[in-house]
Order: sequence, then structure tokens, then C-alpha cells
Amino acid sequence: MEKSNENIKIGVYICHCGGNISEIVDVKEVASFAEKQPNVVLVRDYGHMCSEIGQQLVIDDIKGNKLDAVVIAACSPHFQGKTFMNILEVAGLSPYMFEMANIREQCAWPHFNTPSDATQKAKYLTYIAIAKARLNKPLKKKIIPVGKNVLVIGAGIAGIQASLDLGDAGFQVYLVEKEPSIGGHMAQLSRTFPTEDCAACILSPKMADVSSNPNINLFIYSEIKNIEGYLGNFKVEIEKKPRYVNVDKCIACGICEEKCPIKNVPDKFEEELKTRPAIYTPFDFAVPNKNLIDPETCLRLTKGGKVCGLCEKFCPEGAIDFNDQPEKVGFNVDTIIVATGFDIFDATQKKVYGYGKYENVITALEMERMIVHAAEGNPIRDLGTRIGFIQCVGSRDEQVGREYCSRICCMYATKLAQLLKRSDPNRDIYIFYTDLRAYGKGFEEYYKRAQDTGVKFIRGRVAEAIEDSKTKKVTLKGEDTLTRQIIESEFDTVVLSVGLGLSETSNKITDMLKLAKSPDGFLQEAHPKFRPVDTLVDGVFLAGTVQGPKDIPDTVAQASAATARAIRLMNQGGYSKDPILAFVHEELCDGCQLCIKHCPTNAIKISSGVAKVNEVMCLGCGSCIASCPRDALDLHCYTNEQLLAQIESALKEKQDGQIRILVFADDVTSYRLADNVGTAKMPYSTDSIIIRVPSSSRITPKLILQAFSLGADAILISESEEKSSPFPHSIKVIGDNVTKVKDILTQIGVDKERVQFIQFVTVMLWGFVNNINNLADFARKLGPIPIQKRTELVENVNKRLFGG
Amino acid sequence: MIKKILITDENIDFLLKIEELSDQIITRCDQCGVCSGSCPLVSEMDITPSQMMRMVQLGQKEIMDSKTMWICASCYTCTVRCPRGLDPSKVAESLRQLRLRQGLDHINIKNIPKDEIEILPQIALVSAMRKFTS
Repeated sequence: MEKSNENIKIGVYICHCGGNISEIVDVKEVASFAEKQPNVVLVRDYGHMCSEIGQQLVIDDIKGNKLDAVVIAACSPHFQGKTFMNILEVAGLSPYMFEMANIREQCAWPHFNTPSDATQKAKYLTYIAIAKARLNKPLKKKIIPVGKNVLVIGAGIAGIQASLDLGDAGFQVYLVEKEPSIGGHMAQLSRTFPTEDCAACILSPKMADVSSNPNINLFIYSEIKNIEGYLGNFKVEIEKKPRYVNVDKCIACGICEEKCPIKNVPDKFEEELKTRPAIYTPFDFAVPNKNLIDPETCLRLTKGGKVCGLCEKFCPEGAIDFNDQPEKVGFNVDTIIVATGFDIFDATQKKVYGYGKYENVITALEMERMIVHAAEGNPIRDLGTRIGFIQCVGSRDEQVGREYCSRICCMYATKLAQLLKRSDPNRDIYIFYTDLRAYGKGFEEYYKRAQDTGVKFIRGRVAEAIEDSKTKKVTLKGEDTLTRQIIESEFDTVVLSVGLGLSETSNKITDMLKLAKSPDGFLQEAHPKFRPVDTLVDGVFLAGTVQGPKDIPDTVAQASAATARAIRLMNQGGYSKDPILAFVHEELCDGCQLCIKHCPTNAIKISSGVAKVNEVMCLGCGSCIASCPRDALDLHCYTNEQLLAQIESALKEKQDGQIRILVFADDVTSYRLADNVGTAKMPYSTDSIIIRVPSSSRITPKLILQAFSLGADAILISESEEKSSPFPHSIKVIGDNVTKVKDILTQIGVDKERVQFIQFVTVMLWGFVNNINNLADFARKLGPIPIQKRTELVENVNKRLFGG
Repeated sequence: MIKKILITDENIDFLLKIEELSDQIITRCDQCGVCSGSCPLVSEMDITPSQMMRMVQLGQKEIMDSKTMWICASCYTCTVRCPRGLDPSKVAESLRQLRLRQGLDHINIKNIPKDEIEILPQIALVSAMRKFTS
């Protein structure tokens, strides 16, 4: 390990904060204490360090006294830390040669009623900051080069919107769609709620825009085979499936379809309500509107030789090519938007409704197709006059493992019911619902319009459906929960309002990109409130129903949001990242690979026998470090050496009879919570010292044991609650670490409750105060750990932790 | 005449008691009515199973006077269909237990005419015994 910092020159500044600090803390005493510390060449106290004069003071000192590092004892680093780091940069120093002692939010303010204790604590905090500054390295922000190429996976309405936004903004888009046309589920719909626009009419111009946009490279009928890499450098491999029709020659004249002897292939686009020939176009407004041959049903392609070949013979353009082969294409992109959409719930799972068994029980998506064809004057079948809708099929139902609401079914059923009623006013339409959720813009009004149209709403989930074997009519049985009467009523057609689930293809992409899923099975966003379209993988974004059920406007809004987030990273050619990143002491690493599975982003790889950290992928949480039995992993800005120096300093001045509690606080939540407690002037034990870390998963069992051995009486490991943490795996890592420590404490005969792990949210002010006070009382009651046990704690510590 | 529902601490105690006995979070019931629609004996009941759940939610002790809990055959159709994963038959059982513990409705076996005893199923007699002792 480098130790070139021996002659480092440190300047220390104590801020009065216009009395906020100096009215409680004796700043002169802190200053004279700081003066005595090694490497400190200059100490000043000043009224307002953050003022222009204060800032200039530091700049002049750095230049005039050739300072290497600066410590400012003032407010929280979350308050003015950035300002001071900029000052160092202006003066020509690395901003990472700066340390802050938080003597306002975490000293003067909470300890306002015990000024002499506060002064003591301010001294320790300054002392700790100096100890850390002494070991700082002149790091620089990492600039990650990011180009302007985007992969959009899936060309439903989400992928289409994202691609158009990106293409219009001048970015290169690679739009990959597995089906032979773009358009997705929206292309299948009749009309859209609540405005009743014809779905095909509003979608087809957008589809045409995609194919004419010069910045969009369209890969239709293509599958993603592999994606590797990271933000700014994703390598994508796709396979274009053979169409057996040359798209440049094909004019979609339809002659081949007429000649093809195979006519009875169930048409997936029509939800298998209709059939198509083996050579076909996906649908009438497909993009591209070109034919393709289905290799599974085509006589020539299944039997080989010279069988059939009628299409080839009659094609006026000579477009048929039976020798077409799959084609592998590779390209590099900088960011990825995942828009792989949904699959509807498989209604055969809900056996009580008889879908797949009763011919007059259909899904809502099938009804969409039926309405489209009926409106064109070619009804697929007679729907009869009595039509019943069953809501929440595959939604809000623990019996099929889906607890969530699919959000769109109430409104699409309301829409379908109205379309059916308006096309034939003699129809009697009933919607059986549990709760009717008309939450969106114009939805409630649309619901009311359905009631005006004469659609009847019955509050009760249908219990079962029974088919009359002769008439094939279906009786629905349920309770009208409003009158508490049992309803048994016969219908000509029953429509199941099926919910949405993550699509099959999404699962594949999820595994490839190592994306996380939320409990509902959809993909998880990085933060439920503030990063709704980001994933935890840098440079990968979510658009549309892949993140959760949503309607078309929400999908489009989210696609545009994902686009903006992707552009944010790509627009400047690169983005800067804090150098708080894991690194490897290569001389200690033996390539054992234990760390690899502890990295949530797979940033660690073994290369030439040692672990290497990919700095683009590293989140800087430090949770890999505890897994290393050889202390070879470390984290810049929070090195083992620095943390140990901080711990040592925090415990050095401890007198007999005093207790000292160390609180490790994650920067995202717990440290800010401590600031909030201070701002609220809520006192807690002055025997506590808070040490800031990016995530408490950085604190290894070894460091905890070392802290006890150096004289800590109790240790609180605090971390963001899982939901609000950017490192959702950290809770598990800390849990494991703390368990290990507790085991060793017990073995040696030290009370295991001296170390505690607590998850916080930033508003748990009382929780924070009470936890610290209780731990202080507990430690005071127990008394100090005997010196002999303290040495025992760190004997053979790696052997104890890792065995063998 | 429309009766008013007064929700007092007593109502809440009743709900908590039934929740404890049945080990069900009864407040979770969203009143979809699937239990009632599924119940093979609902036509014999004076109150539907979902209404029974609702009355317990509101702590309406009048449910104790209903026939519903006695008609429930514990066939568990409601249980296998409840979208919230609840077990209404356990709630009915809890109501029966509570009623039995009050020691009401018991019959004196000595007062049953001999010829009736001969045709009564044994299980009915055992059940009658239980009413004395539980």
C-alpha cells in the first residue's frame, strides 16, 4: 500500500456559521487543538466559510501555502460539501483532497444543551477528518465515454415512441422486433379508451414514421441472441430470422397467398380466430407490408425437394427465396431501452371460467379482433344479444399468484361494452366487477357514458361459469354484493377481462441484462418515485408494460421519459462519475473469485489471475470487500486504511469511565437522517461518533472487530431501508457481516448486542435518537470490554471469518 | 326500517376475537362475493358468506343469530376460490365455537323421546354433548 502522504500539508478551517456553531462550540479551542495535529500547517476559524470571502481565503491559502489537503469543520457535507470541493478544483487541487467535519448538524445543533461536551465532540470530529485527509489521494472524476447509439428492444407502442423520439433528436436507433411487423399489441386493438380513437388509424402513421426515419435501423423478425458490456459499450448480437421472401422485391400483391395450398394456419395476430396461408403478410397495415413464409407449415420448407413451390412459380417479382438463411448481425450501442411489453394472462389457468373448453367464453383481446372484423362488415361469429364481462381474470387473485391490479381492464371492458352496445342497441351487456377503477384522465366520464349507454355494472366477482351442453350458452354465477342476492344468469357470449403479465421474451432479456424484478414479476425500476424508468444497470432503461401494467398514454409517456434519461447520458459524449469505486490491491489477490458473486452489477472479473473492477459498472457500494479473505479489495475514498484511521481517531482520546459508540451511516439515508435530527435540535448521546460511508455494506466484519479492539463500546450499523437504497443488495450483505461479528463476539465472551444493525428512512428522527441513546445506556451498563478480550478479538481474525 | 350501524369498541373487540380464533385477517376481505357465488348451500342461508365476512369486519354481533355458520358444511369451495387467500369456512367455524362456548341452545338428552333417539344420528347426539361441555 502506498504511504506517500507523510509530508502532506493540511489546512484546517473552523467555521462559526454566523453563531450557529460558535454559540455552542468553543471554536477557538477546536482550532488550537487542530494546530497540534501532525501535518496540519495552518488553522483558521472564520465566520462564514461558505461566503465569497471565506472561499477566497481557502483558495489563497492553498496557493500561498502550497496546501495538499483541506479540512473544513462546518456544516454537513450534504449542505456545502460540493461548494468546497469546487474551491479546491479552482485552486488547482483534486477535489478529493477535501474532508469535512460535520460540527453543525451532527454536533452543535443536536448537542446545543451540553456545550462543553459539544466542544469535545467537535474536536474529535475534526481530528477524524484530519486523519482521513492525511490518507486522501488526488483522485479525479471518471469520464465515461458514451456515444449516441441506442438499442430499443421491442417495437410495440413503447418501442416505437422511444425510437421516434431518439431518432428525431439525432441519435442512432437500433430497433429490434421479434415479430415480422412492428406495432405490438396496440395493432390488434379495436379502439382506444376513453376517446375511442381507432387504434390502427392512430398507430399506422407512427409505424410508417419509424420505417422512414433515417436514424432508425429497423431489425424486424429478429431475435436478440446476446448482450454483453456496460454503459457506453454494449455489444449486441441479433439473429434475423429468414423470411424466405426478398423484401426488396416483394410488392405484397397477394398472388402467392392465393396460390398457397395451405390455408389453415391459425393466425396469431387474429388471436387464432382466423387462419392464414403459409405465405402471408402479418396484417393489413404491417410495417414492412411484405410477405413471409412460415417455415413450420410451408410444404416446400417442411418436406424439401421440389414439393409445391407454387408461390415461387407465380410470384411476378421473383421474390421467393427458399434458400434464405438466418443472418447474424452484431453492433455496439451505448444505452438500451427495454420495451418488451406484456403477455395477456393465460385464461385456461382459471378453470372455473371454462376458457378453452366452452366455445362462447373468449378473452377481451379476442373480442377486440371480433369487433374490428364486425366493424368492417365481416363478423367472425354471432355474439348474440346477451354478453357478460368477467373482470379481474388473472388480476387481484392470489389463487393464480397474481396479487396486482392490471390497471387497464376496467376501462377496456367499459370500452368494449359500449362498442358492442352501440353497434347493436338490442344487446344486453353486463360487467361483473369487484372494484371499478376509473382513475385516469377522462376515465370516470367514460364510465358514466357507459352507464348512460345502458351497460349494466354488477358488483361481484363471478364464482363460476357453466355451459349448457346443448345451446352452448354460458351461465354465470355470482353474488350481487350490493343487494346480497345470488345471480345466476345466462349469456350468449362471456368475455374474460384478462390481466397483464411480463412477456416471455422479457424474461430472456432480463436474464441477459441481469435486471431485477419486483414482487409482481415485472421489471423493477431503480427507484419507485424518482427513477421510475431507470434500472440498477447503468444505461439500461424501461419503457412501457415491461415495468408494470399501463395504458397507452402512460406507456407513451414512459417511453418518452426513458428516452430523456438515455439522452441525459449520451448527449455530451460522456458523463462523469465519482471515483468512489472499488479497486484491487493486485499483490494481495489470488484470483479466488469469492468477490464476483457479491457484486450486484457483475463489475468484477478475473483477468490474468487477479480480480479486475470495471469502473463503469461499479456502483461504489463496497459490499464486495467483506467477501475477500485476503484484504485485496478496497474502495477509493473509503479505503481500509482510511476507515481504520477514522476509527482509531474516534477512540483515541477516550478517557477511563467514558464510553464511545461508533455509528456507521450510509450516505443516502442514515447520514442524512442524522443531519435531520440535528436540524430538528433533537439531543442524543454525545458519546456517539458518526462515520459516513457510501453504504454500510462497506464496513467489513474485520473493521467492526478492529473497532471493538480499539475500544469501541458499541457499534451501530445503519443503512437505508431496502426500498429507498440505491444498493438493494446491501441489506443482505450487512446482515451476513453483522451475524459473523456477533458469532465471534459470542465465542470470545463479549455481549453480541454490542453491535446492532438498523435500517432507517430519513424521517425516522425519533428512531435514530432512541436507538443511539438505548445503545449508549446499554454500553454504559455493560462497562468496557476487558482489554484482554479486545486483543483476542483481532487475533487470527481472517481465519475466524473465512475459516482455514 | 333501516337500522343504523354503530361502531363501538365492542364491535372492534368482536372483530379481533374472530380474527384471533380463525387466524384470518378478516379486514383483508374486499367483498368480491366469490364465496357466496361458490357456496353450494347458499340457498339455505339467511345471510350470504360474504355478508357474514362484512358483518364480522364491522363487528356486528347480530351475525351470531344467523343460520349461516351452522349451514356451512366446511366444503372449502370458498377457500379455494377466495382471491384474497382467505378462508371463510374458518370464520364460520370460529363463530360456531364462540356460540358453543356460550353454552346456549343446548338440549337435554333426557327430554328427547325414546323413539326420536332411535332415529337421531349419533353425530347429532355427540354434537349435543359438546354443546354442554365446550
